[in-house]
Amino acid sequence: MAQTMQFDLVCPERRLASLEVTSAQIPGTEGDLTAMPGHMHLITTLRPGVLKVYSSEGDQEFVVTGGFAEVGEGLTVLAENAVLRSEMAQSDFDAMIKEAKNIYVQAKENFVSEPGPVDEAAKMMSDMVALGDEIGLNAGR
Amino acid sequence: MPSLKDLKNRIESVKNTRKITKAMQMVAAAKLRRAQESAEASRPYTERFNSVLGSLASSVGESENAPKLLSGTGADQTYLLVVLTAERGLCGGFNSNISKLARQNAQTLLAAGKTVKILTVGKKGRDSLRRDLGDHFIAHVDLSEVKRVGYTDAQSVAKDVLSRFDSSEFDVAILFYSQFENVVSQIPTAQQIIPASYDNNATDEKSTFYEYEPDEGAILANLLPRGVATQIFAALLENGASEQGARMSAMDNATRNAGDMIDKLTIEYNRSRQAVITNELIEIISGAEAL
Repeated sequence: MAQTMQFDLVCPERRLASLEVTSAQIPGTEGDLTAMPGHMHLITTLRPGVLKVYSSEGDQEFVVTGGFAEVGEGLTVLAENAVLRSEMAQSDFDAMIKEAKNIYVQAKENFVSEPGPVDEAAKMMSDMVALGDEIGLNAGR
Repeated sequence: MPSLKDLKNRIESVKNTRKITKAMQMVAAAKLRRAQESAEASRPYTERFNSVLGSLASSVGESENAPKLLSGTGADQTYLLVVLTAERGLCGGFNSNISKLARQNAQTLLAAGKTVKILTVGKKGRDSLRRDLGDHFIAHVDLSEVKRVGYTDAQSVAKDVLSRFDSSEFDVAILFYSQFENVVSQIPTAQQIIPASYDNNATDEKSTFYEYEPDEGAILANLLPRGVATQIFAALLENGASEQGARMSAMDNATRNAGDMIDKLTIEYNRSRQAVITNELIEIISGAEAL
């Protein structure tokens, strides 16, 4: 049985990581999941969160804000925006929170009668805040 | 017949022009390399994205409740033309080729009785389309402040397009940009982005069964708006590379023309200088003979 699998993290602007990993923890929309070699083929969307990969050369953590992950022979994560956790600064995080807040406020104005989009935006907001707590940055509440 | 001094001045000024065009060519070459690199870097994302979306679309696409971004609104009365051009000129036929294609398309659509709306990205396209199609303009995106096109720029264009689609301002969206072939040839291209058409050739090799979380429909609804942004981003990058390529070859031509012109003027200058000398000699000799 394969002990490692190919892991690719790609953003629209560049390929962020490409390495062999033993397992990876993915922040899926419906909950975190860990993919190991031989995992069932799966496609899941991502929520804002921390993506952790474990390899023989050490662990890496990335902050991702959305996109999707495809688990097949290997693992491909297509993130709209991804940064190494160590490179994540408070100012970047502030910008992300601000945008999520804007979306939430707009959703509240535009969809008064339908709760769907508002709930989505609210979930996005709370995911962001939880993400901030996890990586130790202040969401400015 | 221009005097010697005039000729000398002209040679000087053409030489200065050649210096400028040469510099622009080299700058464009450097920028082209960078633009090509970023186009290259975005390719893995775009390819993966489209293949996943393609396989999803083929499994959900035929059902009746498929998202409108995929199946269309059921009408094709109103067209939105998204015209991507450069912010600057001096790049050969780059801007005018895109505008020309967009104009032809708009005129065909108008002749067929459709409603046409135009969204321009980049100053040059707006300027050249304004005279014929100015009444159809609905918006303009200014990227002149942007040094290097990023995904966020594509996202903001996509957001604008999508919000107009949601408020049913149009049925079909077509993207106009220039595909980068090589330095001498850039192909102006029209690409339909809404309703999306993904080639399903990925389906036969990708017959593996995927588990979807959440379900296929929800993922598709989530991914399709991103797909629009991805396509716009890819087009912007292609356009960026094309622009620099076109500018590079245009400036190369200009440099060469300036060189030819300098040669011609130098010959003329030397001829007239010699003519002056000959004249003086004749005057001296005939003066001496008269004595």
